[in-house]
Amino acid sequence: MADVLVLDQIRKSYNVGTPVEVEVLHGIDLAIRPGEFVALMGPSGSGKSTLLNIIGLLDRPTSGRLLINGEDTTDLPDAALTKLRGHTIGFVFQYHYLISAFTAAENVMMPMLVDRGHPDRQMEERAAELLDRVGLGKWRDNRATNMSGGQQQRVAVARALAMDPTLVLADEPTGNLDTASANAVFELMRQINRERSTTFLIVTHNMDLARQCDRIVEVVDGRITPARQPPG
Amino acid sequence: MKRWLPFAWIAALRFLAEGRMQTTFILSGIAIGVGVIVFMSAMLAGLQANFIKRVLTSQPQIQLLPPDEVARPLRRGEGVFEAAVVQRPAQRVLSIDQWQAIRDAMRARPDVVVAAPTASGAMLAVRGDASRSITLTGMEPEQYFKIVRVPDYIVAGELRLGTDDILIGTELAKDLGASVGDKLNVTSAEARSRILTITGIFDLGNKGANQRNTFVALRTAQSLLYLIGGVTTIDLTVSDIYAAETIAQEIEASLPVQAESWIATNAQFFTAVRAQQNSNTLIRLFVALSVAFGIAAVLIVSVIQRSKDIGILRAMGTARRQILQIFLIQGGVLGFLGSLVGSVLGAGALMLWHHLARQVDGTELFPLVLEPGLFVAAAAIATLTGVAAGVAPAVRAASLDPVEAIRG
Ligand SMILES: Nc1ncnc2c1ncn2[C@@H]1O[C@H](COP(=O)(O)OP(=O)(O)OP(=O)(O)O)[C@@H](O)[C@H]1O
Ligand SMILES: [Mg+2]
Repeated sequence: MADVLVLDQIRKSYNVGTPVEVEVLHGIDLAIRPGEFVALMGPSGSGKSTLLNIIGLLDRPTSGRLLINGEDTTDLPDAALTKLRGHTIGFVFQYHYLISAFTAAENVMMPMLVDRGHPDRQMEERAAELLDRVGLGKWRDNRATNMSGGQQQRVAVARALAMDPTLVLADEPTGNLDTASANAVFELMRQINRERSTTFLIVTHNMDLARQCDRIVEVVDGRITPARQPPG
Repeated sequence: MKRWLPFAWIAALRFLAEGRMQTTFILSGIAIGVGVIVFMSAMLAGLQANFIKRVLTSQPQIQLLPPDEVARPLRRGEGVFEAAVVQRPAQRVLSIDQWQAIRDAMRARPDVVVAAPTASGAMLAVRGDASRSITLTGMEPEQYFKIVRVPDYIVAGELRLGTDDILIGTELAKDLGASVGDKLNVTSAEARSRILTITGIFDLGNKGANQRNTFVALRTAQSLLYLIGGVTTIDLTVSDIYAAETIAQEIEASLPVQAESWIATNAQFFTAVRAQQNSNTLIRLFVALSVAFGIAAVLIVSVIQRSKDIGILRAMGTARRQILQIFLIQGGVLGFLGSLVGSVLGAGALMLWHHLARQVDGTELFPLVLEPGLFVAAAAIATLTGVAAGVAPAVRAASLDPVEAIRG
């Protein structure tokens, strides 16, 4: 099967054309296979978030090619990138970004609603099913503001899965949680990865969690260091 | 979530509902603005409607009068003046030349509805020790009463006009202490006088009119005015009252009469109305502008507050166009809801004011005119204003960089 994600010589510079131009990513090559559960590690400021935003089609590289499911995204216009993003990528962010104006179930429905335009029964059922899966079936009508950080992050995981994405990107999803909640959220993602073969790319600073991944990709100063297998 | 609502509407309404405080405050602001506009517009419409109604039901829209008498300088030979300074001569009561022909010509015009010849002049009405000056109008009832609906306003007696009968107003009756069946001695400036019997008393709803106006048969007036067979005016009503001035000018150009339209006679009223309309338009414009800026300010703040929500929505595949819609809809909904509350406020205030503000004699200061069209217009304009006010915030929201928004 084709790789879910292929990065070919991705470079990213900020402030292009100004005296303070800096290159943050210096030619990244990376391929991720379907169903892989990958940790992205590296020191602060090394370019992990920058890389993740490029992979998630939220940002464009300055040069290089990015293929998702074999499709080259380099020349796609913004509107097409947005559409592709909605259909193929799920996000989980560090500060559990649920939309507070909506309930847990509505947050999970949101990507489907954005895509299809009108709410329907099938969306509601899928949201309920996903909330059940992350263990929050009883919380579906709660506003995000009434839930703990760990609960919100589990809702965010359910939401990331709503469109059945090929790739879930998580930028320090447990960085803001206590150890128990962090482990629970991580464990949930790992289980979902095993059950549904959803591909995950997770930025983390937590070595214990990273060790449980299939592979660790390390970024230092905008370059990927040679691959290493998680010990054990 | 309402199944039938599209995504942008759902998000817009939720955002408004969540920012309850801001929404309430800006709605109050919009409502007050719309209320003021509705109040002012309805009041002005009422005053105008009142005036137009009077024009339509109680006065001729064009009056034909004999041409002014002109004095010419006395001359001896070419270019030699005996007396070059000429005073305007005192105008006598004069008949319109060949008025029957002119009346028939008027009745033949398709844009003229009624043509009623009248002979009228100033008189003195005497009863016992009391005397009052009056305007005596002699006319042919079957024509004239189509123009001035005296029959609708009779409060005592009946509408009978023989050669020795007279109809007078309630005020004159009071001033002279006269009632139906009493006799009045009416004397003209030409020093002719007659004894007339009051057969009816009317109330035209206007103190001045009830004091001065009296009606008699055409013959009676002709004899009092020394005007046997003649008339002083021909009163006309026309099918389109706003065309009155044009018609008057046409008549003047083709016939030896002066034609005065109600528009020319009431030029002052129209100038006043126009001035008021202009200042009202300005006030309305500025109220609408301040409402628009209020909406824009609230939405801009909301865009900043919601930048993370916008970022996450963009990340999950929401198009810029959809983000744009969310904020335009919020502006429109604010404008629309505000206009509903404002219409109720404005109409309520108008009714209260109509109830409280009275003329000295207790009659209403202005009629209560609440046209549905006004509210529809208010709602439409407020909604459009809201959408327009939402443009800048919406563009800003749509152009937010999701990466920036999410970095927090
Ligand atoms: N918009 C920007 N303009 C200029 N420089 C930027 C911008 N965004 C990021 N950078 C720089 O790019 C580098 C990489 O940032 P990035 O956020 O990707 O690091 P990171 O690996 O995610 O760090 P952390 O672990 O702290 O989250 C940093 O030096 C940062 O200062
Ligand atoms: Mg980062």
